[in-house]
Amino acid sequence: MRTFAIMTRVLKELLRDKRTLALMFLAPIFILILLNFVFSASQSTDVSVGTVAVTRSLKSDLAQTKHVTVKGYSNYKAAKRALDDDQLDAIVRQRNNNYSLTYANTDASKTTAVKMAFRNALSTNAMSHLKEKLAGTTSALAKLRSQLPNAPSTPDRTTAKATTPKITDHYVYGDASTGFFAKILPILMGFFVFFFVFLISGMALLKERTSGTLDRLLATPVKRAEIVFGYMLSYGILAIFQTILIVLVTIWLLGVEVVGNLAYVVLINLLLALVALAFGILVSTFANSEFQMMQFIPILLIPQVFFSGIIPLDSMAGWVKGISYVIPIKYSGDAATQIITRGVPLTSLGLDIGMLLLFLVCLTILNIVGLRRYRKV
Amino acid sequence: MANSIIDLAHLVKKFGEQTVLKDINFAVTPGEIVGLIGPSGAGKSTVIKLALGMEMADSGTATIFGQTMPNRKLLAHIGYMAQNDALYESLSGQENLVFFAKMKGLPKATLAQAIAYVAAVVDLTADLDKRVSGYSGGMKRRLSLAIALLGQPELLILDEPTVGIDPALRRQVWRELNKIRDAGRSILITTHVMDEAELADRVALLLGGDVIAFNTPTQLKQQYQVATIEAVFLKAEGVQL
Repeated sequence: MRTFAIMTRVLKELLRDKRTLALMFLAPIFILILLNFVFSASQSTDVSVGTVAVTRSLKSDLAQTKHVTVKGYSNYKAAKRALDDDQLDAIVRQRNNNYSLTYANTDASKTTAVKMAFRNALSTNAMSHLKEKLAGTTSALAKLRSQLPNAPSTPDRTTAKATTPKITDHYVYGDASTGFFAKILPILMGFFVFFFVFLISGMALLKERTSGTLDRLLATPVKRAEIVFGYMLSYGILAIFQTILIVLVTIWLLGVEVVGNLAYVVLINLLLALVALAFGILVSTFANSEFQMMQFIPILLIPQVFFSGIIPLDSMAGWVKGISYVIPIKYSGDAATQIITRGVPLTSLGLDIGMLLLFLVCLTILNIVGLRRYRKV
Repeated sequence: MANSIIDLAHLVKKFGEQTVLKDINFAVTPGEIVGLIGPSGAGKSTVIKLALGMEMADSGTATIFGQTMPNRKLLAHIGYMAQNDALYESLSGQENLVFFAKMKGLPKATLAQAIAYVAAVVDLTADLDKRVSGYSGGMKRRLSLAIALLGQPELLILDEPTVGIDPALRRQVWRELNKIRDAGRSILITTHVMDEAELADRVALLLGGDVIAFNTPTQLKQQYQVATIEAVFLKAEGVQL
């Protein structure tokens, strides 16, 4: 009953704060759309390569590679100047049978692209050399054979057409255009929920404390748990709407494919929102002003992004990876990724859900006990 | 005293090294208004927090209605008004009242009636539907008082209730407080406005963490041989007149 009254009151306050509401609902959409543009635009890397004393055949092989422009230079000095002027991304220089490559290396992805393109061109080039030689030997063989009158006129198999095998791509999730954005989206969704619920609920309780309403509230026979649960209910409801909105935007506007059940995604994010809420309330007790609350963003929120799985955790050193085990977004991100990209049912996500519940229970108990600071019963 | 509403016995409170309250003893009996006066920083609010059970005393006991504080359920019978207004600004006056009435556990059936009554007492009936953010300072103070009056509690604890309200309304508030007293309910009120202390039935002078005097205003004046409570206070503080 009291829990319910607190929930109604918190929701009423939130609904009347139009700016905060807009922040919670419009800001994530705005950022998601921007991110979508940013990441889909950088799907391909265009590089320009300067060549010095490189054979014509290799040069044309290199030029045939997609997104690679080749320009020949008469000497290394001229090419180097172009590289310094940012007109080239790399220089390929041939000396006898060896090649030396110089990269501008201001953009790692361009360096990688050049390396790949060059290796491919080199092997294509070698292949065509082989083919030519093969053709030469075959014709020599045919000539020899024709000079032997008793030879059986077997069909000439060696001149069989060199057909390139056809490659067909099948994608279990998404299509050829599925990129980095699709990978980070499930995690990002969780991050938005976490970020806004953490900040806004923390601020709300802080305000309640500094304005004295918390004292007044605690001077009534309300239970401490009722206050915490009232906040949880109201922000839980808000988080449900926020998640639904984010999910709908990503599906309809951004065309991201969701394999699994949408309700599961909402459920996972709701759980994360409750963790964020409990976390926000707990942290707000260590802040004396809104600005001090903001100071927790670089200390507590930004590190969460690093360990959330947006940056592959497998590539991290063992002890660094250890940090990720105490990051709630990691678990929700993992669960949401599995649901969205592979359609995994909730029952197979026991670890993720269990960990989120553990966070939730611990933080909630801490909060209920923590309110003792303001009233001793 | 067995039948006292509030009984504070040997209360000691320390914040770190600093001893805020040394040895507080006084009682509030049914049907009286006790004024707790003292300079700012004397520990008036701390006494109230101990009585409400928001803080724990380092030693001594605070008893309300014969039960030792802190006690959550007893809070239902206490109307508390803090020094700051402590209102939800984005809600209307009515919504604030409804919320706190529910927190106090007022029965649903009498909720509307109780709210209408306290709103009339503080003369806010016409402004109940406005948001609190649009209220004047005096209106906020009155709404805050109305919240404390909700549910006709047997004990009112008011921390500086008349700061920032105009004289006419102050008189009206005191008239209401007297009515409550006459109905047999008790009030503990802190103030630093000395002429207000004259209106209380008994006055506790809080100075340097001690209650240096606890008596009726008339007897206090006799005791210190001065004409006003203000003079009593100055004399007690040792200020040369």
